[in-house]
Amino acid sequence: MNVGWSLLAVIVLLLIPWIGVGVLGLDSLFGIVIPYACFLVFIIGLIYKMIYWAKSPQPFKIPTTCGQQKSLSWIKHSRLESPFTTWEVVLRMFFEIVFFRSLFRNLRAELQGRRLIYGSAKWLWLGAILFHWSFFIILLRHLRLFTNPVPEIIQGLDFMDSFLQTLGVPPVYITDVLIIAGLTFLLLRRLVDPKVSYLSHGSDYFPLFLILSIAITGVLMRYAIKVDIYGVKHLTLGLVTLKPTIPDVKIGTIFYIHIFLVSVLAAYFPFSKLCHMVGVFFSPTRNMANNNRYVRHVNPWDYPVKYTTYCEWQERFRDLLEQAGLPIDDEWCKEQQQTQKTQ
Amino acid sequence: MALPKPDELLQNVNLNRTPSQHWMDIKTEFKPGTYCYAVEPQVMKDLGLPNLGSWQPHDEKWPLPENWKEIVRDAIKTRMERFRSFKLFMDICVRCGACADKCHFFLGTGDPKNMPVLRAELIRSIIKGEFSTFAKLFGRFAGARPLTEDVIKEWFFYFYQCTECRRCSVFCPYGIDTAEVTIIMREILHELGIAIDWAMKPVRFSHFIGNHIGIQPHTMKEIIEYLVADIEEITGVKIEVPFNKKGAEILFVPPSGDYFADPGIYNFMGYLILFHHLGLDYTISTYASESGNFGFFNKLELAKKLHAKIYEEAKRLKVKWILGGECGHMWRVWHQYHNTWYGPVNFLEVPKSPITGTVFEHAKDNKIIHICEFTADLIAHNKIKLDPSRNDHVIVTYHDSCNPARAMGFFEEPRFILKHVCNNFVEMPENTIREKTFCCGSGSGLNTDEYMEMRMRGGFPRANAVEYVHKKYGVNHLACICAIDRAVFPALMNYWVPGVDVCGVHELVGNAIVLDGEKERTTDLRYRPLKGKEEEV
Repeated sequence: MNVGWSLLAVIVLLLIPWIGVGVLGLDSLFGIVIPYACFLVFIIGLIYKMIYWAKSPQPFKIPTTCGQQKSLSWIKHSRLESPFTTWEVVLRMFFEIVFFRSLFRNLRAELQGRRLIYGSAKWLWLGAILFHWSFFIILLRHLRLFTNPVPEIIQGLDFMDSFLQTLGVPPVYITDVLIIAGLTFLLLRRLVDPKVSYLSHGSDYFPLFLILSIAITGVLMRYAIKVDIYGVKHLTLGLVTLKPTIPDVKIGTIFYIHIFLVSVLAAYFPFSKLCHMVGVFFSPTRNMANNNRYVRHVNPWDYPVKYTTYCEWQERFRDLLEQAGLPIDDEWCKEQQQTQKTQ
Repeated sequence: MALPKPDELLQNVNLNRTPSQHWMDIKTEFKPGTYCYAVEPQVMKDLGLPNLGSWQPHDEKWPLPENWKEIVRDAIKTRMERFRSFKLFMDICVRCGACADKCHFFLGTGDPKNMPVLRAELIRSIIKGEFSTFAKLFGRFAGARPLTEDVIKEWFFYFYQCTECRRCSVFCPYGIDTAEVTIIMREILHELGIAIDWAMKPVRFSHFIGNHIGIQPHTMKEIIEYLVADIEEITGVKIEVPFNKKGAEILFVPPSGDYFADPGIYNFMGYLILFHHLGLDYTISTYASESGNFGFFNKLELAKKLHAKIYEEAKRLKVKWILGGECGHMWRVWHQYHNTWYGPVNFLEVPKSPITGTVFEHAKDNKIIHICEFTADLIAHNKIKLDPSRNDHVIVTYHDSCNPARAMGFFEEPRFILKHVCNNFVEMPENTIREKTFCCGSGSGLNTDEYMEMRMRGGFPRANAVEYVHKKYGVNHLACICAIDRAVFPALMNYWVPGVDVCGVHELVGNAIVLDGEKERTTDLRYRPLKGKEEEV
């Protein structure tokens, strides 16, 4: 059911610009107003989310340690898995965010009779890396639509991404293939793996379908349903220079579908699980140093608690202490009373 | 209720088969052996905490207060304001399922709600359903559901079916830590007056008397004197134990399990032999007589209450620094929470080993160190006279107790010690040790008898790894650095891997230390004959 509703939602989203632009001719609504509005929601939403998280303090320093702590000088400590300094924390975060280090550790447990067998399970890591990195490179590549002249670095990236020139005209982007492969894997895994399928909500399928349709409309535009690329650049440059105009030439409805889906993704992003993109930077089990006994962490809402003091305890057990020959310390209690009075 | 036989227990466990019903539609069933008894109301009253009177989890209708919904909603809001961790973890999970088969309770039950991601969804769905208009609109599609009395029952069942071991957090790409969620969820349940007896009685004892089972000061002294007599009988050396000694250099705080329960007591004998061998200027306190902390399994405030004694005692006795015994969650509390709660600890000095001169720089701010850090340093400097052959009757493997492993990074120190005090040390399979270590299945206050079936299930992954090295290398001892481990592993081993005994690291140290003026030992600290001495005993 979840899968069906998600797919249906994305199909409806596809139809909106199709009708809006193709039939009703609302080019400026779909080419200018909605992209601007959604981009604003994206930026403001993400900032809101970050402030929302940051407003709550992290009361305790709770890194998850996956390697040897720094203790005795002759024991080699794991700088990445049990960071002691800020620099080591930065390194740990870098590997986490750029290479998905924790996911790379993934194992698979199987119960065979009375035996548990563990095997390596790097497929999820691979699918995730393919998808995220391709998405990132594709985003960077798109900068060529928002810059004039196009910086050499973007041109270089474009060239590298399509270095398999032989595969057709226009040359196929490697990332186009990889992102679709990655997304398809993630989607199939969610559908086929009984555990993951059981725990998935509709809101887990929806972004997969949405991003997949963005990728597919993009690919279609490049290889099948050609759009007027000069018209596109005219529009995108207008958007980025804040002088938006709809070009005189007809760009093609598929472009509007593509940009509409991207807009929806942007607006949906901060308020869904996709916010993990910025959230991961805030994760206290990863971004804190394992140096609790070396540097004190302060909890801003810490408050004093009432505990059984030595003197209360001694009063209760005075006779037993005396009988057992254990020392009585009335001096300390007098001292404590006096300090209490002066306070 | 009879506990099923080991071969029967897992018959219905299938990690790849899921129920046909949606998890939100499955009501929690309270079958004997799978839940802990509710707290006695008097315990809560004594500690000034809310309570529900007399009730049990299997009751059809729980006596929740009239405004229970309001209490829960407020409790959630307060936690969101106070814990960035909680707020963030509720937002950023993508349900990738990397954690799904990492939980020992999932591996032992096959119950999907024991997948860490679904355990967190139990509250995540309520936060969406109660506080987000958007998610309310989409309901189940967005993973939202309303707060009902059944949800409270479910929370009780599953958040007391997590041992806060943090294994899932190692594998999560965002470091989402179910232990953090469980800690907070137990706090929220506490505000309704819901708690378990086994985890709360030790808190009351610890608060009013000083340790988990309420051993009074004179009894504590007596028990330790018995242990001293045993040591004398075994080694021929009489040991003096200083109690509440003012001006001692070091305050030593052991978990009480080490001086009242078998096999912890042998570990305690190990500590005493070591200190005597070194001529260490230390003291044990009958006031701060507990280093473990059951408060942590209920409510952070209770945890803070219980350990405040340690710092008052250190101040009163004018010691220079504090040494802690072998214990698991205890060391998470000591390492990750103490300094925040009780610091800055200016009245103590940076720990320095009086024997080797090593300054424990990494503990310079909080001035507490782990006894394995202390002993490893001694061995590295060759300051202990050891005869590892006295552990030759032992083939030992080492269980990384979860919290020292994943909340402290404590891997090499105990291994270094074991390799020097024993000749036969074997590792369990690599996916079950170090940061990937498995919980004993009874941690975080769940080590009670009425919970035995669930304990055997939760401990199964650990036991299975022990079984592997038991069959392959003849391992007959499981060493660990946690008092709950020592309390619960004997039952777990007995059930899954008979023939494996459980010990602390310092018990083996005690066996190996050659004391000045000792007689020739024929037995270990448990009066078992040493290898080659079977005839003499």
